[in-house]
Amino acid sequence: MNGLRGHRLSVAVGILLLFMPFWMGAIGGYTELATRILVMALAAMSLNFLLGFTGVLSFGHAAYFGLGAYGAAMAIKYLGAGTLPAIALGMLVATLAAMIIGGLIVRRRGVYFAMVTIAFGQVFYFLAFRWNSLTGGDDGLTGWHRAPIDFGFATLDIFGSDKAFYYFVLAIFGVSVGAMALLLASPFGRTLVAIRENERRARFLGVPIEFHIWLSFVISCLFVSVAGALYALLNNFTDPRALRFDLSGNLVIMAVLGGMRSFWGPLIGAAIFVALQDFVSSRTENWMSVIGLVFVLVVRFFPRGVLGMLRNAAKA
Amino acid sequence: MTQANSRAGMDRRGIITSGLVLAAAQIASPFVIRARAADAVRIGLDNPLTGTYAANGKHELEGCQLALDEINAKGGILERPAELVVEDSTSGDAGAAVQKARKLIESDKVDFLLGNVNSALALAMAQVSNEKGVLHIVPGGHTDAITGSSCHWNVFRVCNTTQMEANAVAGALIKEYGKKFYYITPDYAFGHTLETGLIKAAGALGGEKVGGDLVPLASVDFSSYLIKAQAANPDVIIFLTQGDDMLNALKQAVQFGLQNKVHLAGAQQEMEPLEGLPSEARIGTWVMEWYWNQPGVPHVADFVEAIKKRTGRVPTARHWFGYVSTWTCAHAANTAKSLKAAEMAKSLQDFHLPPEVALGPNPAFYRAGQNQLIASLFVGDAQAGGSAPDDLFKVTKVVNGADVAGTVEESGCKMIWPTT
Amino acid sequence: MTQVVLFNVFNGLIVGAFYALMALGLSLILNLSGVINFAHGGFLALGAYLAFTLIPYVGFWGALIVAPLLTAALGLVIERVLIRPLYGGDPLYGLLLTFGLAYIFEDMTRLIWGAQSLPFQVPAWLTTSLSSQFFFVTGYRVFMIAIVVAAVGGLFAVLNYTRLGMRIRAGTRDLDTVSTLGVNVRVLRSLNFGIGIYMAGLAGVLAAGLLGLSPTLGASLIMPSFVAIIVGGLGSLLGTLLGGLLIGVASGLAAVYFPSASEAVIYVMMGLVLLVRPRGLLGEEGRLH
Repeated sequence: MNGLRGHRLSVAVGILLLFMPFWMGAIGGYTELATRILVMALAAMSLNFLLGFTGVLSFGHAAYFGLGAYGAAMAIKYLGAGTLPAIALGMLVATLAAMIIGGLIVRRRGVYFAMVTIAFGQVFYFLAFRWNSLTGGDDGLTGWHRAPIDFGFATLDIFGSDKAFYYFVLAIFGVSVGAMALLLASPFGRTLVAIRENERRARFLGVPIEFHIWLSFVISCLFVSVAGALYALLNNFTDPRALRFDLSGNLVIMAVLGGMRSFWGPLIGAAIFVALQDFVSSRTENWMSVIGLVFVLVVRFFPRGVLGMLRNAAKA
Repeated sequence: MTQANSRAGMDRRGIITSGLVLAAAQIASPFVIRARAADAVRIGLDNPLTGTYAANGKHELEGCQLALDEINAKGGILERPAELVVEDSTSGDAGAAVQKARKLIESDKVDFLLGNVNSALALAMAQVSNEKGVLHIVPGGHTDAITGSSCHWNVFRVCNTTQMEANAVAGALIKEYGKKFYYITPDYAFGHTLETGLIKAAGALGGEKVGGDLVPLASVDFSSYLIKAQAANPDVIIFLTQGDDMLNALKQAVQFGLQNKVHLAGAQQEMEPLEGLPSEARIGTWVMEWYWNQPGVPHVADFVEAIKKRTGRVPTARHWFGYVSTWTCAHAANTAKSLKAAEMAKSLQDFHLPPEVALGPNPAFYRAGQNQLIASLFVGDAQAGGSAPDDLFKVTKVVNGADVAGTVEESGCKMIWPTT
Repeated sequence: MTQVVLFNVFNGLIVGAFYALMALGLSLILNLSGVINFAHGGFLALGAYLAFTLIPYVGFWGALIVAPLLTAALGLVIERVLIRPLYGGDPLYGLLLTFGLAYIFEDMTRLIWGAQSLPFQVPAWLTTSLSSQFFFVTGYRVFMIAIVVAAVGGLFAVLNYTRLGMRIRAGTRDLDTVSTLGVNVRVLRSLNFGIGIYMAGLAGVLAAGLLGLSPTLGASLIMPSFVAIIVGGLGSLLGTLLGGLLIGVASGLAAVYFPSASEAVIYVMMGLVLLVRPRGLLGEEGRLH
């Protein structure tokens, strides 16, 4: 991100997001779609913390997304927790899991790392699937819904009002994204980029590589779990599909489609992907082919993503 | 730009264009599912068109489309044309199902919501329809909770509850085969409730569970369970699995020759898995919720002909579910003379379907206080082919739903009506 | 009870052999080209559907021979057009591309053949049990083992006794040197991919006799292949074979004692292997580190 241009983009994005529920309707969308885009954008940006900025591919992030979702859902259903504590619990559960699993796999790289993340993702999928009594199994966790938040001086009715919930999600999105931006601008963030660019040199410079990758993995999973918790709140429902590898794949394509190397890239990618899927699946039952085609076209012709292309065009 | 670059650019552009054209062709293909008219009454169908339940969803859609055409031929709903807006809920992604339900209600402003084949998705969608106060008909989602512990005033269901199915078939199983049952149960809510229901119904007649296994959904290989089942020496092995799981389990059981040692049977069965089985595996005693070959019952043959003309095949229970659901919408509106959900829901209490929709020997009505359709159940034996190559089921007994439905209290449904 | 356990071990070996066949194709492609072929399940399903369509014309045995060849042919085309440009790049792109292909395959099979499961008719004499006591040893399962043994035997024969095989093995170790020695690496990779897809197609035809033929067939079978490779060890075909057998047996045993966990158990095994011996049972140290 270079100085002024980066900030201008951020301001533009901020304004667009602030008014999304209003211009969304005009182009054939609806508020819930906007909220969904925000949630997926947060998830894709969190993944990109690891993928685009640290240079490590995880194809199993859906596991932590799902843990965040289940954590929040179970907190509300079984403990009667409020919305914010529920999100916190989802975050806690997923981050703990990420810390443990991250420790196990951090010595692998490349293809092997990716395969291992896929496999661990499936472990959680099966856990959610089989542990019927706790997670509701294939039927998912149902019979609960997000409750209005009481701030003492005012109540935010995030259950009754779609718009209220959108702004609630936007607020959480803003905080999370801000935190990630700060981390990336810090010396820690710079080190991650160094590792991405040339791991061996970074190692020679004395950087503890495994620790940095582990920490980047944990941070990435932490924010993805926030997105997962928000997703559960959005649907008033969660089920094992939130943990499956298709979601992991979709998150990666969102990051790549928008542009892995830029901060806001995954947001653009998420917006395009979610809106495209919603639009296409309403018009044809063969939407899977279209989505698959998007994957293929992006890899073959737009590996740098939308923002990457724009950046190249600006330079040329 | 150098020449090399511009050449590469041409190729790339060419390929991208063809890719986009391909994609556009897909979108404009015969599968266009959206077309609008200004003052139409809209029925939103949020059902699987992809994934494991795609076949069931497709058949329900075809039933809906037939009903829609008939409704419009008869003047529409409240003198206005009726329209079907179709969305793919996917077979298991509740997020997608809920999103589509919201889209149908908020963006497309549907007056009715239909769906889902997957019970879990049906429940999730019911929460949305209840929140928004839209009349919701569940054609083929079986979990008891939909018209039981999680019932809502605005949610109606066409297909049977698992308890009803269990009650209908238990007697036939005990009478034909004996009392010792081994259960192969799919490990999700539907499977659990079906097993509980059957154990209870069989138990009342002296049946005994000698063993059982909870089998993971989408299991590929049933041989371990079949080995255990055979070792337990039951009179019958009860297959409660559905869809592809039913197919795989039966196929493998017959390959083992188990049908020569033990009887194979179960509860719910559908045409779709039977059609996917090789002919030697089309055996066993089951209960179906609707069957096309009903000699002597008026209007059924017309329905069968109409579906055959549209789709080239005989209707399955799924076609009937879709057909009934859509006609229910029309009748609800026309009876209540309004499109207000609460008024329509009230008009459906104890509403009897006309015979050309009920398509069965017994009356079909939505039970008041539970919103559950009570109709007929068809107990019989699968066969490789009867009077016709697609006559895969020989009905031995038609059960009146009213006899096996239990009471509203037993279902656990406590309906709360909106105050306004 | 011991009888049940023994039967299940025996049966697990049969199922495991099938998993091994699937996983070997995947492993072959991964080892030489570094591409994780997510579309492997899609090719498997395609093989099954092609066989279904061909049976009325060439019979079951004809379909068994022709369908995998047709599938491999399609695999060669896809490799040439879509996958070749990705070699040497970030493994990310190979994963994403094959991921997208998997979506397309599933949708196209549904479009062409319909969403409903199709009845796959296997010759009658194959479907009967061989003995009353070992009733689960059906003719079909024995047939499956025979085909798998033949295919695996054929594969190892090609790899060890032909020049192509030698080049593939050498390429797996050091592709640059092989290229320097004048071997056409592009053609080598293509042929290798073709062989891998042939095995997927063959596994598909076998699967259709055992399972229902539906568009989601591929998606349901791809995961055990990955686990077989991780358990057996990346880079080792023998390891993949072993991995497949092991997870088959583990699954069968779990079905006896913890039926609900019979699928999850393969992931538990994978977790254990990763903890105790991360390179897999027969994997090579430092391989694709």
